[in-house]
Amino acid sequence: MIRETTLNAALLVLLLAVPLAALILDELFIITLATRAVIFAIAGIGLNLALGFGGLVSLGHAAFFGIGGYAMGILAYHAQTYTPLIEWHFVIDGTKSMPVIWLTATIASAIAALGIGALSLRTSGVYFIMITLAFGQMFYFFTISWPAYGGEDGLSIYVRNGFAGFNTMDPITFFAICYAMLLAVLWLVARLVRSSFGLALGAARQNEDRIQAVGQRPFTLYLAAFTISGAITGLAGALFADLNRFVSPTMFSWQTSGEIMVFVILGGVGRVYGPVAGAAMFILLEHVLGGLSEFWHIYLGAILLGIVLFARGGLIGLLAGREVADD
Amino acid sequence: MTDAVLATKGITKSFGALTASKDISLDLRAGEIHALIGPNGAGKSTLIKQITGSLRPNSGNVIFGGTNVTTLSAAARARLGMGRTFQISALAMDYTVLQNVVLGALGQRGGVFRLFNRVMKDQELLTIADQALEQVGLSDVRNTRTSELSHGRRRQLEVAVALTLKPRAFLMDEPMAGLGTEGTAQMVALLDRLRVQAPILLIEHDMDAVFALADRISVLVYGQIIATGTAAEIRANPQVREAYLGEEALT
Repeated sequence: MIRETTLNAALLVLLLAVPLAALILDELFIITLATRAVIFAIAGIGLNLALGFGGLVSLGHAAFFGIGGYAMGILAYHAQTYTPLIEWHFVIDGTKSMPVIWLTATIASAIAALGIGALSLRTSGVYFIMITLAFGQMFYFFTISWPAYGGEDGLSIYVRNGFAGFNTMDPITFFAICYAMLLAVLWLVARLVRSSFGLALGAARQNEDRIQAVGQRPFTLYLAAFTISGAITGLAGALFADLNRFVSPTMFSWQTSGEIMVFVILGGVGRVYGPVAGAAMFILLEHVLGGLSEFWHIYLGAILLGIVLFARGGLIGLLAGREVADD
Repeated sequence: MTDAVLATKGITKSFGALTASKDISLDLRAGEIHALIGPNGAGKSTLIKQITGSLRPNSGNVIFGGTNVTTLSAAARARLGMGRTFQISALAMDYTVLQNVVLGALGQRGGVFRLFNRVMKDQELLTIADQALEQVGLSDVRNTRTSELSHGRRRQLEVAVALTLKPRAFLMDEPMAGLGTEGTAQMVALLDRLRVQAPILLIEHDMDAVFALADRISVLVYGQIIATGTAAEIRANPQVREAYLGEEALT
């Protein structure tokens, strides 16, 4: 068994080495794939906070992914068409600045997660899965029928948004930006898990009677976790939209929620670096198996089944064994 | 009865036609162990739930430390110092023993929503946690995963977590359940020492333990308290004999 910290470090090095090698070999497509993996990892880390650490099986995280995407789309659309975003007593213009977009995406999806969480967390189990799914689908159908921003066709952004004077259209530069965000998010979640909040949240997941008996309401803990979780997935949505320079209602679809959940399960539920491993493996399978057959999802399904049945800790659990409970 | 730490005043609870608690008034005084006994289906669990806050009575009040807590949640009652243990161990099984007691200390101190501290390095919490482990005799397994603990040690850990809450009263739901002779003896000795720290309302099936520990005993039958008194009084009470104890338990 490899120590989990060693495994995590190896994972990060690998994720950095692949696009660098691709740069030398001039395989720009591989860099884009690696960027996708990094962004999906961030989305998965967001979901993992709710699913892995809080035990909240949300099938609606596409809502936050999509809100992040549309936050980018709408702001950049107004900037590229030189139309103000809001013209009511005061004027707010669109923007092409990544930090502003990230902040907007994060706050917007946090607010959405707070609202959706406050309603959904009154239920649990299968009802929670269904109600989060329903919220995700609500956003999906809303954007389809919202003509202002492209409706079903989505919204194209011609030039990637700017970040501190870098040439973000350069694939490796954009990869580096996304990779830095991944490191920041990993650091944040690793801290959260070891904090007072993390201890209480994990206890609530394991036994609600226990957390009540020490004087804490599970609902409040869950709601906080769900909100932070949504915010992180929203950030990933904004990055994903910037990668494709395109947003469409597909980002809100329940298949997106499912895929984000697949990243978490493949990599290891409740392991901080699980979604990183899961997203990387997903992209790898999509690329390798997708080249072999159009129906590569069948193989993905078989692998997923194998992991659920025989390796509950996902890839990380398979390689590093059970989590070391103490620090 | 001004020195009652915990009291129920005429609690009644019905589920449809079934009255599970009928006008129950009992109290827990400082320094005592008050045992609640009764045959299966007498309504002990329903009563416990109303005292701890997971069920609300149809009428009557629960008074804890001079405050009417009838409408407060279980979490709020715990924060007021109601330290409870469960009939079926309710612990965070994936956590270590230490993490479980630190959780209790954290719940009592507050600051649960600190997002960036290192909770397992918090000396204030660790001190409280280690004291509690020492008191119940679990210091040697402090870094063991709770799921790997024997049943008896889990029961002790429940008591340790309750201790970290600096409780004003303990509410223990069958702490001896499933313990062997030796385990029961250890638990009896532990509870005997604990009563000076905070009084204990003890729900227990093990009659030997009850008679060894209890300062007072209340007998619950069909949702009603039919007798309250010292061990000797309860033993001698003909109603109790008839309803519950049977001849052999008393001899």
